[in-house]
Amino acid sequence: MTAETHPPRGRPDWVWYAGLPAAAGAWWLLYSQLVGFSEWATSLFPVARDSHTGEALAFFIYDVPKVLLLLTAIVFVTGVLRSWFSPEKTRAILAGKREIAGYPLAALLGVFTPFCSCSSVPLFIGFVSAGIPLGVTFSFLIAGPMVGPVGLGLLYGLVGWQIATVYLVFGFAIATVAGFMLGRMGLERYLQDWVRELNAGPVGDIPEERLTLADRFRIGAEQVREIVGKVWIWVLVGIGIGALIHGYVPEAMMLRIMGGEAWWSVPAAVAVGVPMYTNAAGVIPIVEALLGKGAALGTTLAFMMSVIALSLPEMIILKQVLTYRLIGIFLAVVSLGILATGFLFNLIL
Amino acid sequence: MKTVKVYGPGCKRCEATAAMVKDAASRLGVEVSVEKITDAKSIAMAGVMSTPGVAVDGKLVHAGGLPDTAKLESWLTA
Repeated sequence: MTAETHPPRGRPDWVWYAGLPAAAGAWWLLYSQLVGFSEWATSLFPVARDSHTGEALAFFIYDVPKVLLLLTAIVFVTGVLRSWFSPEKTRAILAGKREIAGYPLAALLGVFTPFCSCSSVPLFIGFVSAGIPLGVTFSFLIAGPMVGPVGLGLLYGLVGWQIATVYLVFGFAIATVAGFMLGRMGLERYLQDWVRELNAGPVGDIPEERLTLADRFRIGAEQVREIVGKVWIWVLVGIGIGALIHGYVPEAMMLRIMGGEAWWSVPAAVAVGVPMYTNAAGVIPIVEALLGKGAALGTTLAFMMSVIALSLPEMIILKQVLTYRLIGIFLAVVSLGILATGFLFNLIL
Repeated sequence: MKTVKVYGPGCKRCEATAAMVKDAASRLGVEVSVEKITDAKSIAMAGVMSTPGVAVDGKLVHAGGLPDTAKLESWLTA
C-alpha cells in the first residue's frame, strides 16, 4: 500500500520543525471538539435525533472527521517511522537469520517495511532468490496488510485499546504461524517454473541516502497527501455502511446473524470477507457499528481480518509467481488461522 | 547518448519516473533513450526489489519511489 518516497525538496527545514508542533496542536483541538460539532451539525437537519435517520446521520457526521483526522495522523507517523526501513535492508536482515527466528522477525518487519502492492512481485522474488525460506517470505507478506498501522490505529481510536490489542496479538500470531506451516509444507515446487529457475541478480548496491529529520517529515507529509488522497472515498463508503447499520439494523437481527450463538457466522464472515476488498480505513467504521449492535467479537474479528489481509487483487498480482495451487494453499492456511481466532473468541467471551 | 531503463510493473509512479527522466534530459540538452521494463522477470534479474528502479547505462542508481530531481540531473550529466 505504501511505498518509499524520496522527499520532495521545498520548504526549508525550520518550517517543518516549527510547523509540526503547531499542526499537532491544531489536530488535537479539532479532535477534542468532535462530539460537540457532530451533535450541533446533526441538529441542523430536520430529523428527530433519536429516530433511525437521526442516529445514522449522527454516526456519519461524527465518524467522517474523526476517521480522517486519525488517518492523517497515523499515515504521517507511519511514513516517518518507515523512512528508517527499506525492502533491501529487511532482506539483508532476514537472509542472515535462522529459519525459526525468521518467522516472527519477518512478521514484525512486514509491519514496518514500506512497500507498495505493485512491487510485491519483485519483492517476493528478491526475498526468495536471496535464500529467505518461502514460509518466512509469506509471514512477511501476511503481516504487512494484516497488522498494518492504519487498521490498528483506527481500531484503537474507534473501538478501544482492548480490542485493538487483541487484534494486534492475533494478527501477528496468524502471520507467524501461517508462515511457519506454509514453510513446513515444502511448497517450493508450486512456484511458477521461471521463479524456481531464476537466480535473480544481487540487489543493486545503491548508496543509502542521508536523510535529515525534516526530510523524514517531508516523506510523512507526502504519504499523507498520497494515501489520504486515495482512500478517502473508501472511508466515506465504509462510514456510510456503518451509519446504516448503526441507525437501521435492529439488535435482535444482528444477534441472530452475527451473535456468538450462531456458530456458522464465523465461516460466513470469512466467506464474505475474502472477496471483499477495501482499505483498512474503510472497514473499521463497519466493525465499529457491528460491535455496537452486539455482533460477537470473534465473528467481527474474522470478518475484519479476512477483508484486510486477504484480497483478490493481491492474489492476482501474486499469480505471476505462484501457481493456482499454491495460492489456494496460502488462502486455505490463512483462512484457517482466521477461523480459529474467530471461534476462539466466540467461545471464551 | 545515455540509455536509461525504468523498472516497474507499469504503476503510476513508474510512468511518472519515466516522464521525469525525459523532462530532465530535455532540460539539460542530454540525448537519452528511455526504456520501460515492465516484465517481472527482467525487473528481478536487474536486482530491483522496490519499484520504480532506474538504471543509467546499465548501472542501477535508484530504487523505490520517485527520484529526486537534483539527483536525476546528476545521473544524466555524470
